[in-house]
Amino acid sequence: MTHTLYILCLALFCIGLYCILRKRNIIKIIIGVIISEYAVNLLFILVAYRMQGRSPIYSPDAAIENMVDALPQAVVLTSIVIGLATTALLIAIAMRIYEKYKTFDITKINELRG
Amino acid sequence: MSKEHDRGMSVIVKTVTRLTVGLILLYGIYILSHGHVSPGGGFAGGVIIALSFIHLMLAYGKEAALKRIPSQALSFFEGFGAIMFLAIALLGFTGGYFFLNFLPKGEPFKLFSAGIIPLCNIAISLKVGAGLFAIFIALVLLKFEGENK
Amino acid sequence: MGANVIPLFVVVSLSGAFLISLFGRKLKWFPDLIGSAFTALLLLLSLYAVKIVAEAGTLVYSAGSWKPPVGIVFVLDGLSSFMLVTVNLVAFCVAMFSINYMAKYTSKWKFYTLFLLMLAGMNGVLITGDIFNLFVFLEIASVASYALVAFGTERHELEAAFKYAVMSTVGSLFILLGIVFLYSATSTLSMADIALSLSPGKHSGILMLVSILFLMGFGLKAALVPFHAWLPDAHPSAPAPISAMLSGVLIKSLGIYSLCRIIFCVLGVSSQLLSILMVLGTLSMLIGVFLAIGQWDLKRLLAYHSISQIGYVILGISLGTPLGIIGGLFHLFNHSIFKSLLFLNSGAIEYTTGTRDLKKMGGLSEKMPITSTTALTAAMSISGIPPFNGFWSKLLIIIACVQAAKYWYGFWAVLASILTLASFTKVMKYAFFGNLKSQWAMIKEVPVFMKLSMIILAVICVFGGLLFFPGLREPFLLKASGVLLDAKTYASTVIRLVQ
Repeated sequence: MTHTLYILCLALFCIGLYCILRKRNIIKIIIGVIISEYAVNLLFILVAYRMQGRSPIYSPDAAIENMVDALPQAVVLTSIVIGLATTALLIAIAMRIYEKYKTFDITKINELRG
Repeated sequence: MSKEHDRGMSVIVKTVTRLTVGLILLYGIYILSHGHVSPGGGFAGGVIIALSFIHLMLAYGKEAALKRIPSQALSFFEGFGAIMFLAIALLGFTGGYFFLNFLPKGEPFKLFSAGIIPLCNIAISLKVGAGLFAIFIALVLLKFEGENK
Repeated sequence: MGANVIPLFVVVSLSGAFLISLFGRKLKWFPDLIGSAFTALLLLLSLYAVKIVAEAGTLVYSAGSWKPPVGIVFVLDGLSSFMLVTVNLVAFCVAMFSINYMAKYTSKWKFYTLFLLMLAGMNGVLITGDIFNLFVFLEIASVASYALVAFGTERHELEAAFKYAVMSTVGSLFILLGIVFLYSATSTLSMADIALSLSPGKHSGILMLVSILFLMGFGLKAALVPFHAWLPDAHPSAPAPISAMLSGVLIKSLGIYSLCRIIFCVLGVSSQLLSILMVLGTLSMLIGVFLAIGQWDLKRLLAYHSISQIGYVILGISLGTPLGIIGGLFHLFNHSIFKSLLFLNSGAIEYTTGTRDLKKMGGLSEKMPITSTTALTAAMSISGIPPFNGFWSKLLIIIACVQAAKYWYGFWAVLASILTLASFTKVMKYAFFGNLKSQWAMIKEVPVFMKLSMIILAVICVFGGLLFFPGLREPFLLKASGVLLDAKTYASTVIRLVQ
């Protein structure tokens, strides 16, 4: 059962990659980046889950037993913040590109030849 | 109708906003100040505080929000939050280690406890709240410039 | 006292960035002063770090006195201090160059803030001993560099920045995925602890998967050949000092250093992985130089040469022999010096003439003697002419190839070096020699700070070869290569020192 979840997560990651590689609209590419980012974050959270585990909140009246791993939750929060910064920058660049080129289609934005 | 109602959304949205925006701000401050005893903390609190201003901006238009907190103040708070966080980390050198929790820890589950962690939360929330709202304003203003051309 | 210097590398650059963002908007002189002063301080600190590493060996610092595997450790060993000197030396020269160069842009303080943030990210990558901390610093440096590539906000810069940002973010996601798999196998994020709890027999499948993910992720950051498409667009589009930073040190500290640190010290090397790296390095070396010959845009030509020279570094390191690793690291140092010098030269030409097209230049050596002399020095270094520093490191790599009985790799290295010479002959002929075109009759030599930083780098180019001679090589090069050679002892050293 849990293996299915992991594989679904990786499938989500691959959907994001497909979106980045195949789509021609800049906004869709950014959405692809966001999808694959969230797939990795989700996988990190799922890796830390244990069966019938409870949330890792320490309070005075609760017994500490069978908590899920708390470290990935802290780490994923950091990675979400990084994702926020990247996404905001990408969107700002995309808006500037629209201002200059008047299009979101990357096949028309190809003045640089690699 | 006063002049205030010319811009922004409809009266219903504005009334609801007027009633809830204070609560949202207060909730953000609660999350931020109890970050060391319950789930939450600087980042979540800062995001909620920024959301309350974004809420105001969506309902009343950008002038109403920018009148309460101008963009110079935003960039000041952003830099100040970062410097404060760094200063707290550097003060740890007084105890011999970078990032050392040098204040007395207090009792668990009390509001005034956990040493430097509440101070760090305040610094982070300043940085995150100001930063998030500044990102929102930057994106929105960029779009306005593009439309005017 | 000694170990207390380690966190300062991040603290100084971060505090510089935030001080500039607080006060730089009002005080016009403030960003220039802070930028140069803080990078000079960082350079002194990194030289001090080399000294204490040479005297006391590896140093470990636990942040907040939390011991690993719970807390985050900073590790300063030979390789870190070597890379710190490289990064901060280039950063100091670039900061000095920007005083005059960036005067034509508006909002200089934003430039310096992003520049110091990028520097903080790079220094953080070099000193950290925690794998997720490495990812965070890597992202700080990358996000700052996306913004810096788009700094001019013209059509081409935005297009290049978008391409760079998307590809580099995909690279970061592969790295994060690798970290997730490593965490699921070992339940720890401290690099030393991961290395101790991985055993080749039990974890061979996951080791393979993680190695490939890291190879793709860091390969994208280092612009190895199948992943190089973003570099020739992104590096020329940035302002010239930033091109020097990106080509000179960013791809090395985020790409090569992190790749070597994780593959050698954490995962453990295998011969298949090394041979993959060797093939990728040789491909980068050849494809980069072949694409470079046909270019007429000066900065784009230099960017293709970066791909080619990165190939040399990877080839040298992946030979795995002591001489090969020394050669690779020495070439890394030399490349960051002469490639940043060449990018600064191209910036100086653009500053005075306003063009980057080689066909429009000509005879500039009459009007700009210092720029042309330093460019000649750097061009001779990169094409491997004795006695400049590039010659010695290329010679070491080729000798190491022959010693390891990889004659074909040695042959390709020699061929790529000859082609590099050909392409730089073209640059010098079209840009600096020949007849002065009439439209450039009025140009003047660049201002004093730009001259000064170019001269410093050119002097290092001339005398850099001395670093390999006995007496100077022990604290610097041999310490650095020793870390990669005795990579298996990294984990146990860190754990032992922290107790």
